[in-house]
Amino acid sequence: MAIVFLPSGWSGATGGVTEVSIDAPRVHELLRTLTERFPALATLLDAVSIAVDGQIYHDAEFVALNRDSEIHLLPPVSGG
Amino acid sequence: MSTEAKTFTYIGTRPIRHDGADKVTGRANYGADINLPGMLHGAIVRSPHAHARIVSIDTAEAAKMEGVKAVITGDDLPETSAKLAMGEGALDLHDIGDNLIAHKKALYHGHAVAAVAATSLEIAREAAARVRVEYEVLPPVLTIDQAISPDATILHPEMVTRGRGVAPSGPTNVASRMELRRGEPDRGFAEADVVVEREFHTPMVHQGYIEPHACVARWGQDGRAVVWTTTQGPFVVRDGSAAILGIDAAMIKVIPTEIGGGFGGKITVYLEPLALVLSRKANRPVKMVMTRDEVFRATGPTSGTKVRVKIGAKSDGTLVAATASLWYEGGAYPGAPSGAGAMCCLACYRIPNFLIEANDVVVNKPKVAAYRAPGSPMAAFATESVIDEIARTLGMDPIELRLKNAVVEGDAAPYGPKYGPIGLQAVLEAARRHPHWQSPIASNRGRGFACGFWFNAGMNSSATVTLDSDGSAAVFTGNPDIGGTRAAQALMVAEELGVPVERVRPTVADTDAAGYTDVTGGSRVCYATGMAVIEAARDVREQLRARAAKIWNTDVSNVAWEAGRLVPLNGAGDKTPLTLVEVAAKASATGGPIVGRASLNVAAAGPAFSAHICDLEVDKETGRSTVVRYTAVQDVGRAVHPSFVEGQMQGGAAQGIGWALNEEYVFDAAGAMENAGFLDYRMPVASDLPMIDTVIVEVANPIHPYGVRGVGEVPIVPPLATVANAMRDATGVRFTELPLSPPRVLAGLMAAGD
Repeated sequence: MAIVFLPSGWSGATGGVTEVSIDAPRVHELLRTLTERFPALATLLDAVSIAVDGQIYHDAEFVALNRDSEIHLLPPVSGG
Repeated sequence: MSTEAKTFTYIGTRPIRHDGADKVTGRANYGADINLPGMLHGAIVRSPHAHARIVSIDTAEAAKMEGVKAVITGDDLPETSAKLAMGEGALDLHDIGDNLIAHKKALYHGHAVAAVAATSLEIAREAAARVRVEYEVLPPVLTIDQAISPDATILHPEMVTRGRGVAPSGPTNVASRMELRRGEPDRGFAEADVVVEREFHTPMVHQGYIEPHACVARWGQDGRAVVWTTTQGPFVVRDGSAAILGIDAAMIKVIPTEIGGGFGGKITVYLEPLALVLSRKANRPVKMVMTRDEVFRATGPTSGTKVRVKIGAKSDGTLVAATASLWYEGGAYPGAPSGAGAMCCLACYRIPNFLIEANDVVVNKPKVAAYRAPGSPMAAFATESVIDEIARTLGMDPIELRLKNAVVEGDAAPYGPKYGPIGLQAVLEAARRHPHWQSPIASNRGRGFACGFWFNAGMNSSATVTLDSDGSAAVFTGNPDIGGTRAAQALMVAEELGVPVERVRPTVADTDAAGYTDVTGGSRVCYATGMAVIEAARDVREQLRARAAKIWNTDVSNVAWEAGRLVPLNGAGDKTPLTLVEVAAKASATGGPIVGRASLNVAAAGPAFSAHICDLEVDKETGRSTVVRYTAVQDVGRAVHPSFVEGQMQGGAAQGIGWALNEEYVFDAAGAMENAGFLDYRMPVASDLPMIDTVIVEVANPIHPYGVRGVGEVPIVPPLATVANAMRDATGVRFTELPLSPPRVLAGLMAAGD
């Protein structure tokens, strides 16, 4: 299953959980499962960028996941 | 795509830029060069208070002046709740709209409250002066400490702190907070032999682009509008203006002019929606050009910051623990790059235990905008100064200490993901080998060293490549050319098609002519739009194979592209290979013109690292310092046009040196900027600096076909700390507040008893 690493600052919304294993084919399904498990994350997930296996994506919704994928949720970054 | 091991014909060469002659002869058209028949001139009424409730606005006297054709206030631009997706984040168009023209409160000195269009600029300015605005003046919040004090005046009563993951609380001036943690920092510090902790301050500074914001808007009687503007993001101008005005983006065409610098400051909109509304109201084109005073007072600087960093190391130099607390001013609205600063501040080092917190704080100053590696230089100033102190305490060479702890492929970045192939070690080794680092230093000088990190962006890009019947080519993209990207794109087409680079015509297209393309920013154009250009050129190659197959009356599988020629295969060997020119000449007979296209959403480019060396001479009688030698080393992945890569490295270094030594917004007690001009806001000019030496390191980025990484932003990250470390070396005094202007240095030296 893919592992999702949650920002430590979100522990209040996840009951202290910082890593979650989720079986999902794509980021889309993974985020849906994540918010079902932690509803308080819903408002936080609208302002993150997503790294899948080290690659930071813009609009990662339909990026395919491997069984051992690592997903990190990051604050948005704007360039200059 | 994956990086291909190959030798290049055109990539890595230094042709004269295609737009060079126009720019050096004055033929190129910048924002203020656009003039249309019947055009009006706009002027803006700005708040004389840093914080005030708008009680009333009386435009009657202005409106009745002869020559005045339109007067608008916030009532003409309804507040919106729309957001505009851009990059990994989203632009809050409510805040951008309110920043364009205040609706209820003026939130900084210079905030627009009304605008006028008239038949001449003089009449427009006189009319603006006759707009009567009644204010209820409120106490200004001018520092982070004021903003977060328990009894602070609140800028936005509805604001709550986002990002905590707990029930929001407010009202507050802290717009967001984020945190990064690994391991157990307390236990790490307990294992450390040396712990250094300092608090650092940097002032608000401006991007300082030479060309002021300028645009012309023409709203047609059919409801369609055209905007000519100097911008890094024509599609942002189109979509942002449409959303703010509540109209269909399909009704707006944005034509980007040449751009005289942006550095992140020309991504958002400041004038365009106002000019559109004035044009709609007056039924004539309207031109708006900011003065330098307006650029300083009312367009995005970057954050003033307070950063506290604590790092612990073993006696052998191994870093074991760190904490960092970042407080960044967002200006009048949320949006400080504090999150990026948090992710960057320890990104050069392998540290097993850390806690980083970052806060975005609103104050009554101009709303900040992106500025070249937004958020990273201030964080690096703190971290790299502390690393320098640790090296001094341990008696270690500062490069050796960094090499011992530098991240390599497979290490986890502090923001989580593991690094792919990266070049920090190679950069540090190149710096250590450089004659500058190896040379002795005079007794009255100091030498500083620091390194820096930046992400680099990917995002959406489109490209079209056309091949004419004479074998010449053209390439169209939607990215305004700031750093030489026309030449870089022409080189890519030349490389893929074998067409001489001089016969490739690169064009910056408008929003109706180019496929959607994200901004010229984030160090992304040569990388991401370049990938689209390469794909489009390869699309042309595939079409050439099909055309050759048609000429030879064979299947396309019997045609190969080899070294710029179409070569017969599989029994078609009796045919003579055809050149690109020969096939292009038959385009009409083989199916019509040949046009290649590509559109991509590209993953981020992969990190860039740089390291700088600075020799500083300090006059201890006056506190004045002079940079006498400076070297910039950077991993660029692959230098497409080395001259422009070196130019980016030198430009970033020069801007960073200015930030370190002289630049700062100076506010009076009421929040008015006191130095809103280049005479008093002192940026370095060519005569202030030595030739900046550059060393290009190429560690290929595996997700780009040529190995390209972003280039433009990371060179501004190291200079703040590099210069400060040189100052420490020259004077023995650790300065923790920028700029290192003569009065501050002199005061520091006197306080130290020197």
